[in-house]
Amino acid sequence: MTSSTTTENMTGLQSAAADWASDQRTFKNVPWGKAMMWIFLLSDTFIFACFLIGYMALRIGATEPWPASSEIFALSMGGQPVPLLLIAIMTFILITSSGTMVMAVNFGYRKDRKKTALLLLITALLGASFVGMQAFEWTKLIVEEGVRPWSNPFGAAQFGSTFFMITGFHGVHVSVGVLFLLIVGRKVWRGEYDNQTRGFFTSRKGNYEIVETMGLYWHFVDLVWVFIFAFFYLW
Amino acid sequence: MSQSDAHSSGQQHPLGVYFKVWALLFVLSIFSYMVDYYHIEGYLRWSLIILFMLLKAGFILTVFMHVAWERMALIYALGIPMLAIFGFIALMTFEGDYTFFTREMYFSP
Repeated sequence: MTSSTTTENMTGLQSAAADWASDQRTFKNVPWGKAMMWIFLLSDTFIFACFLIGYMALRIGATEPWPASSEIFALSMGGQPVPLLLIAIMTFILITSSGTMVMAVNFGYRKDRKKTALLLLITALLGASFVGMQAFEWTKLIVEEGVRPWSNPFGAAQFGSTFFMITGFHGVHVSVGVLFLLIVGRKVWRGEYDNQTRGFFTSRKGNYEIVETMGLYWHFVDLVWVFIFAFFYLW
Repeated sequence: MSQSDAHSSGQQHPLGVYFKVWALLFVLSIFSYMVDYYHIEGYLRWSLIILFMLLKAGFILTVFMHVAWERMALIYALGIPMLAIFGFIALMTFEGDYTFFTREMYFSP
């Protein structure tokens, strides 16, 4: 164990090289579930990067004018169109849900079962309301504005395909996140991470690290929205 | 590694850090929304949008996702592959320009 205690004290590139060359587990102090979640998120980053880069290439290559997103996504308030109002509300909801998630992780490590479960439930509800607003946005766009994946009345036809692809894929991520938040929240509420109950699916004993791993996924969904908000709605 | 070891290494930080970052994310979102609301155009618009975007992404990654407190082995494993994305962006910018150029050349009336 002497070698591992010396690598604990290293910093920077030296510690990275020591961990990778240690002939032991590479990601020290990181439970395997969390390491796997990070690797999944890395691959997911590439998927979303491919979508956004594809959108960029299509938009550069479009000869027709690109639809003005701030006008299309405007919501009228008292007869006056407010640009991007719904998108701004959705952004704030997602940030709020990230805040409740990080608090759930915190209370989880304090083994505060009830507060953790409650915060996970609030996070799931905020996520569900985000998906609901997105459904409203899609309905408005398809039914009222006549936007289709192959054409739209505002300009370049590529707008519809990239919009539905990118926000749809993100919406699926949020929906799956809500589902797993409810599952993890139920497990926390029933005290399954305190009693080391075996899971119904993996039949493994769980602990509160799972809340942190769940949190990584949820923050990633928020992170992707930051990029979609900037590149798709504000650009 | 025993179960107790795993627990002691969990990411436990004072709540104050989270509240500060939470508030900061709200403020940065309001700023990026204001860029659109007040119709700031040109290079100032793009640089402000990207600045607020990167700041928000950075705070979510470092504090909410606890990257700031992780070991360098994990940070490098996540960060270095992501650099490939910049190469891809450069390639697809050329590709998009080429598509635009050929469309203008051969398909414009």
